[in-house]
Amino acid sequence: MQPPVTFLQSVALGFLGLGLFIGLWYVLSVSGFVPRVFLPSPGEVVDRFAVLMERRFAGATLLGHLAASFERFAYGFLLAAVVGIPLGLLMGWYRLLDEIVSPLFDGLRFVAPIAWVPFAALWFGTGIGGPIMIIFAGAFPPCVINAYRGAKFVDPRLIEAANMLGTPSLRVIREVLLPSSVPSIIAGLRVSAGLGWQSLVGAELIVASAGVGYMMVQGQANVSTATVMSGMVAIGLVGLALDTILRLIERVILRRRGLEH
Amino acid sequence: MGVIRFDDVGRIFGSKAKGFVALKNIDLEIGDREFVAIVGPSGCGKTTCLRLVAGFDHATSGTVSVDGTPVKRPGPDRAVVFQQFALFPWKSVWDNIELGLRNLGLRAAERTERIGAILDLMHLAPYAEHFPHQLSGGMQQRVAIARAYVLDPDVLLMDEPFGALDAQTRVVMQEELVRLARKNPRTVLFITHAVEEAVYLADRVVIMTRAPGRIKEVLDVASIRNAEDWGSHEKIEDVMDLESFVHLRTHIWRSLREEKASQDV
Repeated sequence: MQPPVTFLQSVALGFLGLGLFIGLWYVLSVSGFVPRVFLPSPGEVVDRFAVLMERRFAGATLLGHLAASFERFAYGFLLAAVVGIPLGLLMGWYRLLDEIVSPLFDGLRFVAPIAWVPFAALWFGTGIGGPIMIIFAGAFPPCVINAYRGAKFVDPRLIEAANMLGTPSLRVIREVLLPSSVPSIIAGLRVSAGLGWQSLVGAELIVASAGVGYMMVQGQANVSTATVMSGMVAIGLVGLALDTILRLIERVILRRRGLEH
Repeated sequence: MGVIRFDDVGRIFGSKAKGFVALKNIDLEIGDREFVAIVGPSGCGKTTCLRLVAGFDHATSGTVSVDGTPVKRPGPDRAVVFQQFALFPWKSVWDNIELGLRNLGLRAAERTERIGAILDLMHLAPYAEHFPHQLSGGMQQRVAIARAYVLDPDVLLMDEPFGALDAQTRVVMQEELVRLARKNPRTVLFITHAVEEAVYLADRVVIMTRAPGRIKEVLDVASIRNAEDWGSHEKIEDVMDLESFVHLRTHIWRSLREEKASQDV
């Protein structure tokens, strides 16, 4: 048995890990072991980050780029949820649909979102459609899989109860499968948001105006590694915030159900 | 209305040759508004009998029919009360009871009227807006019974409905059910392994053998109940003290013990 950890200890340990990482990074970058152009020091990245927040680079400030990225992400993610969750529930209820869709879906989901970049560019040009499609490709599978699992693992007695009450299929899906799957769906949305947000840089390889990914590509072109790293830090921070918010929502929903662990 | 018939019913789980024979040669007719309890050792297939009438399961031979129509699928004419209640945790008491009425296509005014009446009858009115997890086991089972009764079904199927409740709650619920059955009699198929419960509630008690489940004996409790005037006693413990009750209970106990013994050999 490992000893239990208090909240404060857990926070302290988290900062310890972060500190060690930054320390190692600092030593590596100032030792001259790795050329400075290849690996900027933590201080340089912080400075660059601050500059990017205030001054425009590649057409916008860092916040401007983030806003553009977040808009694309939000569309792709919402589209994935709106299409994926009903599809997953329907697959969990209608055996025939499950048999038809599952093999195709199981193959397709192993294709990394970035593999769609050439097609996204061909089909949508430089408009907003391309990046949305890439983010959708990243965010879609967890939505489907978790809704499907949620629907499959509904207490069979609740389905029997719904059946003996004469409940028509669509109503069973909406009023039994969906609410019963909510915990699983929320867990799926968390994974889905993570994967969608991760796909962002790939998605923005093909945009021509703004976005964190675009900013990073421009940084690369100008051999400004600190700009690229600032983009990485920004993506990490927003991703962390996103996950924290979804986790809070998850907790609230579980508590309302009296299911909190 | 609500006549259940088992015609030479068999149920084999797995392959016909090597599978587990749960039920064999079940012949039984349950009359309109009759209350029949099935008792038997665990694994004797008594719950399978109920699931066949509910339409949750299919017989591998013979037919199960209600009012002459073979059972094909579940439906609100055969309402089920489950041992584990099976209430929808995300629906309030009111919404749990309302679902079946909405499925019947009743108008809002009529739904409200019927739900109000059943809530009063089951002493649930103050809990209409509560969620199942906020209620005790006994209260949850009241809701489940209300959800079934409100449909005004021809047949009520109860699968060890009080099995998950503590002894005191159980007694209250049994008295409640008798009250309900007197006020609004339905054809009831009641599964239990509690002998007293079966004798107290049922018109006839069916004793089943251990697997493969067959009908061993059918006892007519109603004629004894009427002859000895059990109905004049308000409380369950007073009925249970009567000589006629004790006699019947002991008879069933012996019969079940024989089954248990043959299993242990």
